[in-house]
Amino acid sequence: MSNSGTNVLLIVTALATSSHVFADYAIDGLLSNYRARGAGDFSAQRGQSMWTEVRGEGHAESCAMCHTRDLTKPGKHIRTGKPIDALAPSVNPGRLTDAAKIEKWFLRNCKGTWDRECTDQEKGDFLLYIRSQ
Amino acid sequence: MNTKYLNVASLLTALMFLSLFVFADDDHRWGFRGADVEPVNDAKYASECGACHFAYQPGLLPARSWKELMKSLDNHFGENAELDTAANDRITGYLTENAADNAKTWLSKRIMKSIRRAENPLRIIDLPIIAHEHDEIPARLYRDNPEVGSLSNCAACHQRADAGLYDEHTAVIPGFGNWDD
Repeated sequence: MSNSGTNVLLIVTALATSSHVFADYAIDGLLSNYRARGAGDFSAQRGQSMWTEVRGEGHAESCAMCHTRDLTKPGKHIRTGKPIDALAPSVNPGRLTDAAKIEKWFLRNCKGTWDRECTDQEKGDFLLYIRSQ
Repeated sequence: MNTKYLNVASLLTALMFLSLFVFADDDHRWGFRGADVEPVNDAKYASECGACHFAYQPGLLPARSWKELMKSLDNHFGENAELDTAANDRITGYLTENAADNAKTWLSKRIMKSIRRAENPLRIIDLPIIAHEHDEIPARLYRDNPEVGSLSNCAACHQRADAGLYDEHTAVIPGFGNWDD
């Protein structure tokens, strides 16, 4: 096959590969890291119940306050008012496809919302919940 | 009175008359001009910082302020906005190189003139020139306005804020309309 033919085939393959494959790839990698460090089985249900929990000191904030309870809807930053694209991969296929980006936001948002980093267990639970939406 | 004094007097009168037009608008600007501050042209800054808030142009603060802000991202006005070292270094470089003290545009120069050397302002809205431009707007139009929320939300009203344009002719307060004093 010619070089350009190979290129076309690669592009077609990339387009045909739906983004949930990338999402699964990123999430599965993270989950296996978490398990390797000692986390147990993950639960989307636990992720959902933690979504609305307030655990920070002196500021009553939860994930849902910016990202809303319905992950298929866009959210809004409670202080800056900046719109936040929907988190649910079902409506926003680009979500959960980049492991480094996921970890960056876990670090920022867990510390900002709960005043501490989330545990591997919590992060895995959140990921399963978000992926299911 | 000799002719020389007459000429000076008429020149002064003419200047005073002209100044009425030049300064009639509280915007203190006239004629053709470019952007008030250079628009953001760094994709990393735009994506990392612009994810949570309007990506304020580097020309809105002096370099010393940006350095201070970038050193304390773990408590960024009450939020955690931590970046890894590589991203932090790169964005700090972009912000300081293009900061108000290094910028040539109208607003950047005015900002530098409005602060003292010893001052290290961290909030753009508290810069004297910026605060002054907003001091006549009642709080109900921003704080109590769900589409605005705070004066730090530049782009809520400044329709061309992304292009570095902040004149009041392009400012439209949601639910209120054009703000032109």
